[in-house]
Amino acid sequence: MSDLRCDRVVELVTEFLEGALGPADERDLVEHLIGCDGCSDYVEQYRQAVRTLGELPAEEGATLTPETRAALLEVFRRTA
Amino acid sequence: MPPDEVLVAQLRAGDDAAFALVLDAWSPGMVRVARRCVPTADLAAEVVQDTWLAVVEGLGGFEGRSSLKTWVYRILVNKAQRLGGRESRTVPYSSLTANDEGPTVDPSRFQGPDEPYPGHWREWPAPWPDDPADATLAAELRRCAGAAVAELPERQRVVLALRDIEGYDAAEVCSILDITATNQRVLLHRARAHVRRSLENYFAEVPA
Repeated sequence: MSDLRCDRVVELVTEFLEGALGPADERDLVEHLIGCDGCSDYVEQYRQAVRTLGELPAEEGATLTPETRAALLEVFRRTA
Repeated sequence: MPPDEVLVAQLRAGDDAAFALVLDAWSPGMVRVARRCVPTADLAAEVVQDTWLAVVEGLGGFEGRSSLKTWVYRILVNKAQRLGGRESRTVPYSSLTANDEGPTVDPSRFQGPDEPYPGHWREWPAPWPDDPADATLAAELRRCAGAAVAELPERQRVVLALRDIEGYDAAEVCSILDITATNQRVLLHRARAHVRRSLENYFAEVPA
């Protein structure tokens, strides 16, 4: 049984989700999450934050103006 | 999108359909990233335009050591950061995550050395309402997350934007920004912790 504390777990979440924890550390962390509602809620909230971020592009109608697009194509034709 | 070798050859040969293809496919993401690095939409548009001009100029020198898109984004981020400057945030910001070190969760939320379970939560994080059908709530969360991103220090903001908003993977982001995997992870961790906390604060203020 590891001595992994919650204040340490919250700092390991990113490494964990990136698959960057060593096997022993990952096992300890997973075991901790199974037994700790506070930390598993924290991880779920962290994941929710990431999901919300992924939804941002759909709202941001970002693109070149037709004038800019045409001007860039013109530069390309002249240069290439 | 053709594979890079084909695309680069077409572009070098002056194939303007190929150029139109990348312009149209990549510009929206480039504008979004630029908008997170500079204070105004006009500046963002300028950065993207300048980037494409540099791409056209520099195509001959592209060596294929990274993907073409990574190369383009590297130019974009360099230009955006140079134009945006280090102080492009207008919202004064002080937070646990503002530096690159230290805890990302307020230590007072955990039990101290004299308490029954040192290092464990004093109180569990309050659960968040979960109603996937609530479109208004979802829009509010996006607004809140977007505001949180704008508050981040520049390096954290760019990593988060590339990873979580634009969906590039860790290796691509390290290549675009020329940073190590560890550095990238630290910045991402701090940025995400800030966004999570902002959402938490939002839920704490909204009546259930």
